[in-house]
Amino acid sequence: MSAAGASIGVITFPGSLDDGDARRAVRRAGATPVALWHADADLHGVDAVIVPGGFSYGDYLRCGAIAKFAPVMTEVLRAAEHGMPVLGVCNGFQVLCEAGLLPGALTRNAGLHYVCRDQWLRAENTTSTWTTRYEPGAELLIPVKHGEGRYVAEESTLDELEGEGRVLFRYVEDNPNGSSRDIAGVTDARGRVAGLMPHPEHAIDPLTGPTDDGLGMFLSALDTLVPA
Amino acid sequence: MTETTHDTVTSPERVDSTEYAARTPELAQPYRELGLAEDEYQRIRRILGRRPTEAELAMYSVMWSEHCSYKSSKVHLRYFGETTTEEMRARMLAGIGENAGVIDIGDGWAVTFKVESHNHPSYVEPHQGAATGVGGIVRDIMAMGARPVAVADPLRFGPAEAADTARVLPGVVEGIGGYGNCLGLPNIGGEVVFDESYARNPLVNAMCVGVLKSDELQLAHASGTGNKIVLFGARTGLDGIGGVSVLASESFSGDETGSGRKKLPSVQVGDPFTEKVLIECCLELYRSGLVVGVQDLGGAGLSCATSELASAGDGGMWIDLDAVPLRAEGMTPAEILSSESQERMCAVVRPCDVEAFMEVCRKWDVTATVIGEVTDDENLRVDWRGERVVDVPPRTVADEGPVYQRPVRRPAEQDRLVADDPGTLARPGDAGELRETLLRMAASPNLCSREWVTSQYDHYVRGNTVLAQPSDGGVLRIDEQSGRGIAVATDCNARYTRLDPYQGARLALAEAYRNVSVTGSKPVAVTNCLNFGSAEDPGVMWQFQQAVRGLADGAAELGIPVTGGNVSFYNQTGGDPILPTPVVGVLGVIDDVARRIPTGIGAAPGEALLLLGETHDEFGGSEWSRVVHGHLGGTPPRVDLSREKLLGEILALGARDGLVSAAHDLSEGGLAQGLVEMALIGETGARVVLPEDADPFVWLFSESAGRAVVSVPRGEELRFTELCSARGLPCTKIGVVDTESRSLDIQGVGELPLTELRRAWEGTLPALFG
Repeated sequence: MSAAGASIGVITFPGSLDDGDARRAVRRAGATPVALWHADADLHGVDAVIVPGGFSYGDYLRCGAIAKFAPVMTEVLRAAEHGMPVLGVCNGFQVLCEAGLLPGALTRNAGLHYVCRDQWLRAENTTSTWTTRYEPGAELLIPVKHGEGRYVAEESTLDELEGEGRVLFRYVEDNPNGSSRDIAGVTDARGRVAGLMPHPEHAIDPLTGPTDDGLGMFLSALDTLVPA
Repeated sequence: MTETTHDTVTSPERVDSTEYAARTPELAQPYRELGLAEDEYQRIRRILGRRPTEAELAMYSVMWSEHCSYKSSKVHLRYFGETTTEEMRARMLAGIGENAGVIDIGDGWAVTFKVESHNHPSYVEPHQGAATGVGGIVRDIMAMGARPVAVADPLRFGPAEAADTARVLPGVVEGIGGYGNCLGLPNIGGEVVFDESYARNPLVNAMCVGVLKSDELQLAHASGTGNKIVLFGARTGLDGIGGVSVLASESFSGDETGSGRKKLPSVQVGDPFTEKVLIECCLELYRSGLVVGVQDLGGAGLSCATSELASAGDGGMWIDLDAVPLRAEGMTPAEILSSESQERMCAVVRPCDVEAFMEVCRKWDVTATVIGEVTDDENLRVDWRGERVVDVPPRTVADEGPVYQRPVRRPAEQDRLVADDPGTLARPGDAGELRETLLRMAASPNLCSREWVTSQYDHYVRGNTVLAQPSDGGVLRIDEQSGRGIAVATDCNARYTRLDPYQGARLALAEAYRNVSVTGSKPVAVTNCLNFGSAEDPGVMWQFQQAVRGLADGAAELGIPVTGGNVSFYNQTGGDPILPTPVVGVLGVIDDVARRIPTGIGAAPGEALLLLGETHDEFGGSEWSRVVHGHLGGTPPRVDLSREKLLGEILALGARDGLVSAAHDLSEGGLAQGLVEMALIGETGARVVLPEDADPFVWLFSESAGRAVVSVPRGEELRFTELCSARGLPCTKIGVVDTESRSLDIQGVGELPLTELRRAWEGTLPALFG
């Protein structure tokens, strides 16, 4: 099985915005992107799933609150239980938290404004499925763009995340949303499910993003899917 | 609401049908309250051979309004057509008169772009006014069969420190961001300008750019007898009915909740999620070939969509108003026809395709309803509760409205304004004063960083944004394989237009053209949004006439067509009109976006800084005269469009051959501001030495047109300067980029650490708006 043989599904909900960008990133990393429709309870045999950014179903109730009930999400939950790698970006992170795949929640930015800017991050965990390509402590420049990205959780949960090394990335320099302990992304206990507010799919080419620092996340997952 | 003496005819018991109207010719009608003049009303009666029904009156009044009919501007706008040559038209697939101009950009791609104003609603309700402005322009672009790919917002507000600006600006920015960000459209440009004249009349203009394959153009017309008219998107409610509410009987009970008619705000309320789904639904309908014609519902709602579709088609149209899905109870025919509820589109569909059309709408959970069909006669007919409430020739509604030749007169005070020369103003003398002026200017509201605004807009989504703010022009990749892309910029220095509307419009065109050129793109088309005061003020009409002529003549000189535009009159509170503000948008094409020129210096090791163009002592309408002296007078900078063209050609060649590593247009604030921005954006210092005979004040702060600063890699310096001299473009070396330095060092001014410059440039808007 070659890298090109691996396929990664990208879900489209009504209101998804960065689904095309996530598919482009998958392609650039060398795998085959597969579009997954929210209403189809079918993962089409993909090896991993990305829940992209956007405003699923308009996010009128609470970010990600409706999306977790989508037929496709039932399949994602089942597959994740069996160890399928899942990545949630921005709204996708919110969806994974709402669905209970990841702990904590995302609330309104401390500054109350939507923020779109290039953000420095530090790679904290480099053993999860999605982060093996990074050096521990590496600093990455990746865009953030959200109005509700302030990561919050019970103190005990935060301690547990820190203790188990499940904080994937932390904001450095200036925290854009006031998230607890500068957390930008976390992973589940097995390191297979990851969620983060910054957009690695918008940092895959210096022509259209600030850097290509985000590509490592997709390449990391492919390494797992296609053992060398 | 003013007191009215008319009778309201339509009630639960009685319908104001065409038949009833014919029987009651003497019934008094509230045409004045609806904004129609006596002779306009009489003309409607002559057209119909009877009095109009309430529904017809609502339809005519809104379609014959200034906003929809261009009745005061039409006679002037013809000049655009008259000055467009066949050669300029060569790339145009659609132009003025369609929803938006469409330009062939090569490789089978076409681009459509348009700017519209949403000024007044944004003053009344900044958030919703601005949001629905974005929604409206996006639907205009969709109505051309295009996928919207980017937005940009030229904005103008009262003084930055005014209390009301603190209400209006944050609301407008949040509205644009909140709506545009949810649509997944990158915001790649725009402007933020502060001036006293916009204090009670902010300008909220919205641009949208769309892309299509050149053979996918959808035109708004209803043809083919028997074809169905499908209304799809949001339900129709009482929002945005505005003036037509004088037709609503107080005895009506029905409203959006069921108990007594609620007075809904006249500003419409937008729902970006519905619009996002509508975009995807429309694009799937187009791809599947299920649409014969399409029209968006914007101002004047169904009145506009049905009359324009029918007017542009080859037959008549019949509409069953009872079929229109409503979200309020007890709406009258006039209200249904006039409602400006957002997120709606109207399509003409072949009967055999209706089921497939509905299937696509169901997939996207979009409400769609057949509300009528194309007929083989000539009239637009509308039925409601079994009675005919509209029976009109559609062209008389949509195309043959009144046309006025408003009085035009150059104001007497214009001479005094021009005579008030800025040459007498005190200028900074020594290095210390120059340094202080530079810092004060960099921190001034019109020159400081716009990041507080632009960081609230998503400029990354869709992954094709190659340049966005703070670059002079936004650049977008269109074709991922070939790298073909486009650039857009909008500009207008309304202080220049105030001093000389003809030259001011040419300067706005020149600046937008230059802002596209400095990205390495070739300008190919022009659009506009003409914001002026009252059309009934002869002085304003003179400004308008001059600006239109200046813009049209300028476009002809540059050889690129004006493909469309928008006019917004009555931007004034009381007797004081806004500065005449003809916002000009220019579209450019770049063969390979990888060749685009960024704004910040320091990308290549060892760069020379070159000033292209000539600097003259020109301070009329300048930012320096405003910031330091609160002065507006004299004449604006001279404009030489052949020079702009040459500058554009050199920049395009420089981009293609990799001779230019950064470029920045010089305009408001002059060379000093240009250097500050290039250094701060590139996070790199530079040493600047002006020519020995140069007057440092003039060189640093003059706003002479036709200039740009470029940085050129050392190895290419000779080749580039030879290119300039061979083509006759003045080119002056003014310094070197210093990647080791953390300051901008200007001989005769002093050393300006980047941290100090950044504090000045970036601190202003956050301090004002939080």
